[in-house]
Amino acid sequence: MCRLVAITSKDYISPMENIIALETMKEGHDGSGMGLIMKNLGGEFEEMKGYPILSGICSRDGIHDLDEYMDKLGFQLRYTWTPTIRLTRGVERRDYYFARVYDYPDEYKDRPFEEKEDLLLRTRIALRRMGEEDESIIVFSFYPDVITLKEVGDPLQLSEFFGLDKSSLKAKIIFAQGRQNTNYAINLYACHPFFIQGYGSMTNGENTAFVPIREFLMSRGFPGYIGYNSDSEVFTHILHYICKILGYPLTYYKDIITPLKTSEIDGRPDSEVVRLLKVTLRPLCIDGPNCVIGFTPDGTCFMVQDSKKLRPGVVGGVKGKYGLMSEECGLDSAIPHRDRGLDIFPMKYDMVIVRPEAEEVVLWNQLQG
Amino acid sequence: MEPATRLDHNHELTLKDFPYIIRWRDDRCKRCGRCTAVCPMFSIEPSVIVRRIVHSEAPIPEPKAVRQVISVVKQSTDINRYCTGCGTCTLVCPNEAIEPEYNPQHKFLFHKNRGGYPYRRGGRRNDPRLSTLDRLKFTRISMLTDPALDAGRHEFRIRTYLGRILPAEELPLKFVNGKLEVDKTSGKFIPPVREIYPVMIGSMSVGALSPTMWEGLAMGVTYLNEVEGMPVVMCSGEGGMPQRLLKSRFIKYFIPQIASGYFGWDEIVRTIPHMVEDPCAIEIKYGQGAKPGDGGLLMAHKVLKLIAEIRGVPMGVDLPSPPTHQTKYSIEESVAKMIQSMYMAWGFRVPVYPKISGTRTARAVLNNLVRNPYAAALSIDGEDGGTGAAYNVSMDKMGHPIASNIRECYLDLVRQGKQNELPLIAAGGVGKTGNLAANAAALFMLGASAVAIGKYIMQAAAGCFGDEYNRCNICNIGKCPRGITTQDPKLYRRLDPDKVAERVVEVFKAVDVELKKIFAPMGRSTELPIGMSDGISADDPAIAERLQISYAC
Repeated sequence: MCRLVAITSKDYISPMENIIALETMKEGHDGSGMGLIMKNLGGEFEEMKGYPILSGICSRDGIHDLDEYMDKLGFQLRYTWTPTIRLTRGVERRDYYFARVYDYPDEYKDRPFEEKEDLLLRTRIALRRMGEEDESIIVFSFYPDVITLKEVGDPLQLSEFFGLDKSSLKAKIIFAQGRQNTNYAINLYACHPFFIQGYGSMTNGENTAFVPIREFLMSRGFPGYIGYNSDSEVFTHILHYICKILGYPLTYYKDIITPLKTSEIDGRPDSEVVRLLKVTLRPLCIDGPNCVIGFTPDGTCFMVQDSKKLRPGVVGGVKGKYGLMSEECGLDSAIPHRDRGLDIFPMKYDMVIVRPEAEEVVLWNQLQG
Repeated sequence: MEPATRLDHNHELTLKDFPYIIRWRDDRCKRCGRCTAVCPMFSIEPSVIVRRIVHSEAPIPEPKAVRQVISVVKQSTDINRYCTGCGTCTLVCPNEAIEPEYNPQHKFLFHKNRGGYPYRRGGRRNDPRLSTLDRLKFTRISMLTDPALDAGRHEFRIRTYLGRILPAEELPLKFVNGKLEVDKTSGKFIPPVREIYPVMIGSMSVGALSPTMWEGLAMGVTYLNEVEGMPVVMCSGEGGMPQRLLKSRFIKYFIPQIASGYFGWDEIVRTIPHMVEDPCAIEIKYGQGAKPGDGGLLMAHKVLKLIAEIRGVPMGVDLPSPPTHQTKYSIEESVAKMIQSMYMAWGFRVPVYPKISGTRTARAVLNNLVRNPYAAALSIDGEDGGTGAAYNVSMDKMGHPIASNIRECYLDLVRQGKQNELPLIAAGGVGKTGNLAANAAALFMLGASAVAIGKYIMQAAAGCFGDEYNRCNICNIGKCPRGITTQDPKLYRRLDPDKVAERVVEVFKAVDVELKKIFAPMGRSTELPIGMSDGISADDPAIAERLQISYAC
């Protein structure tokens, strides 16, 4: 089972906090990968919040193809961040790791953000397809104020490899996953957290309803619903579909992935809507043992459990800094000076929501709505 | 001169030509006559023969040849009185002296067309081979990386939906104070959707079934709903329903069927103003898996008083339903007129769906229904379905197996992104070999939202003798030895409706446990695993390829 560490803070923090927290859960991940998403970036990226950042890995040939393609589209490279690689045992180095800040093509500069988002998504997918066969181009995200790093290896070793301990890379929301590879081949695209158009999530557990959910998402006609090297990628796409495509408030994510029984719905003030959604979005019901931790574009973070609460998960912290983690030892590592009595272990009906800037924690109960 | 054929019986059939040969034991038979009295086909009769035996009564052997006239039970070689193998004789014999034995070398079909009339019968396709459904197994078992669920301890919701489901993009919702509300001012029609148990009892009419059988099924279904909390529903079949049921609150557990003969619908329509509840749904029958493209027929001798009243016809006349709905000349007509008029009859509160027989053209039908916002589901009845009366050739040689038909329809819906909008109901051979839960679960994973059963429940609840070796299968002549498909009071009184109802309840409770035993190790419990095709494998590569599932050996 993968181990998950998400920290949301009003101040910029280093990803090392997440990695050290992951290290406390080391027995739970096998070094088959680590994923890191940083959102609301600080350091050198603080001044470039409006510009999209392309995160990925390229071979020598791949970076050439990538440059050519981006030039052709009219993206102008403004800044490039590359990690200071320190060769580390157990980590196989690839040619070129990067987070590149681009300026939009001229014809897009004054367009609404939705159109820019659409362009970014299409560009990312095109790049992914260009390099998919020979792994010459691997791109994880292309979005403003978000950087994604993924590689195969142990999280602590990877932090050394990427030089994160010495890096100035900082962010207010950082999601990290230590991967325990289970049923799919080791593939960087299978590594959590997953990201699409401002929405991100990571999960532990198996998604037993993966195939019907994948078929449902892929048949929505939205170009971004592809990939699915991991059965957990659908959790991110469901979030995106519910909140962005359909425009529903975040709490309905819980109602849709773990629908209430018909008799339980009667107690909800919005029972009519919940009943309709349960029927209409039946294929999006998750059924496996899963704890999902995610974020939305405004910086809200949340944790939900499957309908039987079969996976661990805890949320705790102090005002201005909260951790959402798969195990409490990680929370003890990241935020030791908190009142442990206030830690929240969400149960099957709960959705824990941490407001942007880690302002407050809300425990939303599905039965009462 | 007398022809030799009269003397040597050359134009008669031999017992070896018959599918079942009666094995009668002289030494065990006490000549009570029960077997000959109950035989529905008069295949056996009491007879006398002269026998020469060697006999000795003295203290030392003094053998003498003696001629004896003795009574025996004799099997007829008249093709019209063939033994169906039903075994009622065995059932009533107090001394285990008689039983029919299957004769695999029989030549029955060569001869069962006397008078130029093809062989007609009831029952099912005479094909004892394993169906595709029985060649599928559940291979995605949750092990270690994801804990399997506990069928006994965890909560399972084995439910499905019957009704047209709006896509999320079309739901009339609006924001009010950060919450969603249904926008009542939008004028958008939200079709009715029922939450039901995913195993339904398929369409079998009052008329095809005896009053005791139908009543037993109806009582069982009502008990399951009212007492066990299992929303099992049952379709009426063509021919209406008893007025008392139509006007009761229990009508919500039933699906009245309208078919091409429209039998019983005058009575139903007249009852609508007096109904206190809406029916679960309305099924429009366009086809039947057992006899695709062929109409129905309730023979005159089944049309007794009760049936005549329910169907609104005179007693004692043949009731043929045409192969197609005569007033409809195209699917557009069928969909536009038939479905919408039925919706209108109940104020758009009752889902209306068509039932077709399995066919290679099912996808064409499906795509027409997808474009109609009122079609509430599509029921597809595969070739292994049963019937009360049909031509043997229709039953044995016409039709399409349900597995690939459902799969290709489901995948077609997936390609259009409408897999949750139009539920597919699969029927025809579900539980053919007794594996009801496994067959049903396999069909869900291939894409069905629900399954319907007929023969299975007749066998399990009332002990129907029929099988794929043409045993019994005389539902058409009103002489059902179990009293299931007859209108003869002497026969249907054999069947106790309370016992049928009890068995219906037992069957569904057992199926529920078995479904949990399948779903739990696969990690599914909250919603029915519709389309979870990674969960099943076929034991044959060609089947796996056709169904787009994995092959396991």
